[in-house]
Amino acid sequence: MDYTPNTDAQLYEMLKAIGVSSFEALIEMVPEPIRQPTLNVPSGLAEAQVIELGEDLAAKNRSLKHVTSFLGAGAYQHLVPTVVDALSARGEWLTPYTPYQAEASQGTLQAIYEFQTMICELLQMDVANASLYDGASSVAEAAVLAFRATERPRILVSEAVHPHARQVLATYLSGTSAMIQEIPTVNGVTDMEALGKALRDDVACVIMQQPNVFGCLEPMAHASELTHRPGALFVASVYPISLGVLQPPGAYGADIAVAEGRCLGSPVAYGGPGLGLFTTTSALLRRIPGRLAGCTVDQAGRRGYTLTLQTREQHIRRERATSNICTNEGWLALRATIFLSLLGPTGLREMAMLSLEKAHYANERLREIPGISAAFDQPFFNEFTLRYSETVDIAKVHRALAKAGFVGGFPLAHWYPTLPHTTLWCVTEVISQDAIDGLIDTLKRMV
Amino acid sequence: MQIPAELLYTKTHEWVKRGANDIVVGITAHAQEELRDVVFIELPKIGKSVKQGEPAAVIESVKAAFDIYAPVSGTISRINDAVAKSPQLVNQDCYGTGWLFAISPSSPDELSALMPSGEYAKQIQVETH
Repeated sequence: MDYTPNTDAQLYEMLKAIGVSSFEALIEMVPEPIRQPTLNVPSGLAEAQVIELGEDLAAKNRSLKHVTSFLGAGAYQHLVPTVVDALSARGEWLTPYTPYQAEASQGTLQAIYEFQTMICELLQMDVANASLYDGASSVAEAAVLAFRATERPRILVSEAVHPHARQVLATYLSGTSAMIQEIPTVNGVTDMEALGKALRDDVACVIMQQPNVFGCLEPMAHASELTHRPGALFVASVYPISLGVLQPPGAYGADIAVAEGRCLGSPVAYGGPGLGLFTTTSALLRRIPGRLAGCTVDQAGRRGYTLTLQTREQHIRRERATSNICTNEGWLALRATIFLSLLGPTGLREMAMLSLEKAHYANERLREIPGISAAFDQPFFNEFTLRYSETVDIAKVHRALAKAGFVGGFPLAHWYPTLPHTTLWCVTEVISQDAIDGLIDTLKRMV
Repeated sequence: MQIPAELLYTKTHEWVKRGANDIVVGITAHAQEELRDVVFIELPKIGKSVKQGEPAAVIESVKAAFDIYAPVSGTISRINDAVAKSPQLVNQDCYGTGWLFAISPSSPDELSALMPSGEYAKQIQVETH
């Protein structure tokens, strides 16, 4: 609390208001060892020594430069052309603050406008906002929109939607009268029969993910059609790179389409930041959360850009705003814009095809290894689920893989206790065939 | 300033016209002048229950967004689709084609809380001076 300028009296008053006895009691859910840790930085070191100390500590980390990772599970490694770094690192892009003053922010506003346009094209939706915090907050905002627009209480969400997104959804809706119901899966995809039974005229929306958390492809068109029958909204959470080869959400009638957009031009980083994409139809335009940049003309008829439809937002609508998000992930959105303009539709398709082909190659070779089999019999894009035979100690095998320079698939039992011995593997275009073959050889010796 | 004598008024600048089965609601000439050009109107759904004094619709103008309050409690019986499509009707003809919605009242005695035209005229005089 060293840098928080509250007096003891103010602290006491705030704690009393929320009914907590002390600051320590307030943060007791944070594990003790990481609560206010003391940093071991000796005093009186020279600048050069501090740098050396920092570099030594940093060298203990093993980043994706040192290992080949087959992890996906929501965070996907893709090529980031160096132009993205070069352009986005310019001071004009790194330092601007929120573009409320259109006359001083034409560059930022135009970048947001171009971003929105590209995201609309990519997802084939009518309108995109300037971005939200991450894919999970986009999923939650989609549910809030549907809950308010339909004035219906039930939110159906597939169990194959990323668990982090479902956690954020539950937190978001905890203060409302909305009820969340999870739809089970069968053989790795959402159970359409269970969905059909759960769909009644009190359902606000159905949330599904494509590809889903197991990497499997969902029957989105069928689910969308089922959802629309009782007048509910269909929410699709998608993986942007996959749209190089998969149908975009606009094509199967999604009313709201969201995504984690970090894979568009930003690296997988420790914990974040993410880039929440949020798109919807013209019919729901007035209910979209967050910022929107619009294109207009000035008095002399020259093209200009401005934030628009701000009456939806908190600074005007106060507690009745469509959302309390009144910022965006501006820099990551900019990187996504540069990335998409460099790749174009052809480049994106090539990137997606390469990922798909390499993932299918890896999948086939992995399944040749005795003791490893496919967990589900479903088509996939670049991520797939494998099952080890019960005699295999996954933790031990994956520790050995790490020693050989490979990060193995994600053990799904962390999120789905009913799926023991099951791991989720991702292969994108950045993984070389040599690396895949190296992984296979190493695994063959261990399983 | 037009303040038709046959209508009732709220402090929040809605007008109310009693009909055979329901009561029709709009905003006053004074309100639409203050709002300036209306660009969007969000009307409630037919069948929605509303409570006296609580927000029932939203009018957005070039200036800001404003809540429109239900003058009485009841159920929304009709909405004006024409004004949703052409919000400028509120500016052009606020007491006629620019009406917003109708309520089938659940407690008609709530109407006694509303103001006759003379009283409303006095209120806006106080507000504007």
